[in-house]
Amino acid sequence: MDSRVWDNRAWLFVVPVMAFVLFSSLIPMMTVVNYSFQDSMGQNSFFWNGPGWFQNLLDPTTAVGARFQGALLRNFAFSFTVLAIEIPLGIAVALCIPKSGWRVGAVLVAIALPLLIPYNVVGTIWQLFSRTDIGLLGVALGRSGVPFNVTQNAGSAWAVIVLMDVWHWTSMVALLCYAGLKAIPDAYYQAARIDGANRWSVFRNIELPKLRKVLVIAMLLRFMGSFMIYTEPFTVTGGGPGEDTSFLSIDLVKMALGQVDLGNAAAYSLVYNLITLTVCWMFFTYTTHADSKDVA
Amino acid sequence: MLDRIGLKRGDEVHIADASLELHAGSMNVLLGPTLSGKTTLMRLMAGLDRPTSGRLVEDGRDVTGLGVKHRSVAMVYQQFVNYPTLSVYENIASPLRVQGLPKAEIESRVARAAKLMRLEPMLKRTPAQLSGGQQQRTALARALVKQAKLVLLDEPLANLDYKLREELREELPRIFAETGAILVYATTEPAEALLLRGSTATLREGRITQVGPSAALYREPGNLDAARVFSDPPLNELALTVSNGVAALADGSRLPGDGALGALPDGAATLGFRADAAAAAVAVGGDGRDPSHPAFPGTVAVTEISGSESFVHIATDAGLGTLVCLVEGVHAFEPGDRAEARLDLARAFAFGADGRRIAARPAAAPRREPVPA
Amino acid sequence: MAQITLDGIGHAYGGDPKTEADYALKPIHHVWEAGKAYALLGPSGCGKTTLLNIISGLVIPSHGRLLFGDRDVTRLPTERRNIAQVFQFPVIYDTMTVAENLAFPLVNRGVARPRIDARVGEIAAMLDLTADLKRRARGLTADAKQKISLGRGLVRSDVSAVLFDEPLTVIDPALKWELRSKLKAVHRALDLLMIYVTHDQVEALTFADKVVVMNDGRAVQIGTPAELFERPEHTFVGYFIGSPGMNLLRGEVAGAEARVDGHVLPLGAAYPALPQGMAVTLGIRPDYATLTAGDGLPVTVTRVDDLGRKRLAHASLGGGQSVVATVPHGMGVETGPARLRLDPGKIHVYVDERRVAGRDLVGRAA
Repeated sequence: MDSRVWDNRAWLFVVPVMAFVLFSSLIPMMTVVNYSFQDSMGQNSFFWNGPGWFQNLLDPTTAVGARFQGALLRNFAFSFTVLAIEIPLGIAVALCIPKSGWRVGAVLVAIALPLLIPYNVVGTIWQLFSRTDIGLLGVALGRSGVPFNVTQNAGSAWAVIVLMDVWHWTSMVALLCYAGLKAIPDAYYQAARIDGANRWSVFRNIELPKLRKVLVIAMLLRFMGSFMIYTEPFTVTGGGPGEDTSFLSIDLVKMALGQVDLGNAAAYSLVYNLITLTVCWMFFTYTTHADSKDVA
Repeated sequence: MLDRIGLKRGDEVHIADASLELHAGSMNVLLGPTLSGKTTLMRLMAGLDRPTSGRLVEDGRDVTGLGVKHRSVAMVYQQFVNYPTLSVYENIASPLRVQGLPKAEIESRVARAAKLMRLEPMLKRTPAQLSGGQQQRTALARALVKQAKLVLLDEPLANLDYKLREELREELPRIFAETGAILVYATTEPAEALLLRGSTATLREGRITQVGPSAALYREPGNLDAARVFSDPPLNELALTVSNGVAALADGSRLPGDGALGALPDGAATLGFRADAAAAAVAVGGDGRDPSHPAFPGTVAVTEISGSESFVHIATDAGLGTLVCLVEGVHAFEPGDRAEARLDLARAFAFGADGRRIAARPAAAPRREPVPA
Repeated sequence: MAQITLDGIGHAYGGDPKTEADYALKPIHHVWEAGKAYALLGPSGCGKTTLLNIISGLVIPSHGRLLFGDRDVTRLPTERRNIAQVFQFPVIYDTMTVAENLAFPLVNRGVARPRIDARVGEIAAMLDLTADLKRRARGLTADAKQKISLGRGLVRSDVSAVLFDEPLTVIDPALKWELRSKLKAVHRALDLLMIYVTHDQVEALTFADKVVVMNDGRAVQIGTPAELFERPEHTFVGYFIGSPGMNLLRGEVAGAEARVDGHVLPLGAAYPALPQGMAVTLGIRPDYATLTAGDGLPVTVTRVDDLGRKRLAHASLGGGQSVVATVPHGMGVETGPARLRLDPGKIHVYVDERRVAGRDLVGRAA
């Protein structure tokens, strides 16, 4: 019925992006997929290994499987710990930021500073900071009699890494929450005053519900960040003592580059990737689902 | 010209078989409540959306599905849409710059539009420094300079204070009439449609219910939907049951067979009348009533006062719902007061079960008798 | 139950006004009587919101005192003023049910549970919210949410005043009259002092016992709806109330006659106090200016607007001024020459925008 020719030239503009995505992610990814199903005897000759690497990886009784499981649990423990600290702390910090006046700018810049430091520099700062010979923290704790040694004591290593992440990233949560708080119309606060609500009630009934969406985003970002963390703990502990702070990423790099165990590493990285994707997807569906409930 | 335009999304019908003929230099009002499809229809006319059925014909040329870029269209929205970083001058000039007109031409056109819209002192300011009325005048000026063949105004005055609205709606038709463009103006307000003159199409649920010259359509709505859309305050409606040519109300009382009521076929029908066909009066009781003015006693729910008119909402005793009656001037009918609605049957409309108007009352409206209040 | 007194309340943002123009709100004396409904009506920027904020305590006035009963509350914070307020946009507590929302101001003040339940039930019934009481407030429509906000404003019976800041802005036009009538009914049932800010004349005139018309930081007239319509004390009131507003004509007054564009108009009163030939403004509402088939001023009709219910003609007086006049029902009218009748008793005389009271003609007739 309709004989008009539609102008499809606009699609040409998308071509560069598609080419870029192809080269930056699709082709490298297919290489990894390739490795994960094959084995090699060296000299660049490969043969089909089927799901062998994956079976190996997901079976905790094998050496590789045990390594993977350990790193995975450590990673979840780490993400959970930093989220549990950073989210409430970020909200608390955001509540303390002034709402207007010249101090807003000063406070925001001060808070944002840790976000501007490159990851490896953060790692280096904390590595030096916690050294027992010259680091301020290490020496101070040592003198006060607290058993503290990052290179030998797992507890110490964890404490430093968690502390470092909190120091580095709480600012981001705080800034997001601050933006969320600013978006609450003044009328809500005025109404609450008129209704005779106390400070806790204002937080519980107005601020927290209005921050819900921002908090979900903050949690998603911090989960991804902490779950894929590499540079900072590697700089501070190198994954040690022993394997105690060896997260998935650190372990993976060790396996791929240190031991050139390409098949296992490929399967490892694909499963790692899948886990990250799954958790993000769960977050995403949760938020969109909650939103649609709002509209109804 | 719109030829049986339709738009469906999935199973949802957004616009059903809309046909309209729009002439150059004419004012066309789309009148309908919120979500009745006014904006959707305008987007179809502009070529922003593509109809799923029907054709759009411009000067004998089929332009269905032709993108808005290739058409000569200007559109103004309810929200004040301006480029925030550009001055008023640049805002108005922007469509001309896109067309690549010579500088002198741009200057003279902008100057003319600014003069008509009384924006001359503000040309150097940015939109943020303007009042709402000035911002909307800037958007209107931008539509004006473009000299488009089709100008679509989507409730352009809805967000303005009512005094400003009064002024602008007097000026708008005059200003745009000079351009010879087809003007399409969407509004929810019957009064606006009447003031703009031209012709009106009433819309309800994506369907054009009637088209005609605005004042004539107001006086002679052809169906219940058109009458509802073209009434503010809302149309008073009474359900009727007609048997042997005698109309009875829901409470069993009978109405005289005057005017259209006499011509009703047996079965269900609806009596519709606007507030000005019913006068509110202090209840007087049975005696001395004019039989052609049936009275409905009740209790005042609220009196809305618009300044020169008072609209009394009377909740009827007989359970016939709330009737809105007009009293001229400011009248203090207080909520809870006893009052009655006196209906002038000669000014009421009768609609059959299918919603169609049954019989027209005489064309010359008899002068309404003053009612002692 | 107390009255609220504005004792010379004025406000200048920044504190120290040098001239009249520096005031956002020019000093005003007024007593809001207990149990009455008032509206503050004016265009945006007229100072009505500033005045409301002063009463609610969000703004501390730079001048004057604010008394609730006999108590000076000028500097008291909002929460200690014992007022309720409803805002332009619905303010609801997302996580609570409708009932919890309504009960919130009472719960915070430690009212006993049975009394809270009774009061919440009463308010919910008035606003047709009873069926929704158990629902979560978040999922409701804007109309319902605003009804909850209204309910929270009305739930306390001991407040000095309930303040409304354009509360019907978000309400669907078709539902507005219903909420207006609810508010009106609630006011009668609860006997609270209510102050209602709006720029919409219909809302103000419908809701209020008395309307305060504000312009340019000044209360130009305080009166009943009928007074504002029949006897505007200020040209702004004439212009702002009524749609279309009052006709305002430049002219001169001599005794009981006025001269406009070469025409002589009889007036309903005499103005001996005004010097002969003094330039004044004459005001007459379109409702009292009618085209006529009989005697009247010769005018030229330039345009006729058919509004359905009525027709309005724009009639030029010949000297550059024109009048909007009502066309009687049934009268045929076209552009061109016509006759205009102005009801003498409805013509008001304004000097410097203020109405000048004339002396009744009855005395002179003898």
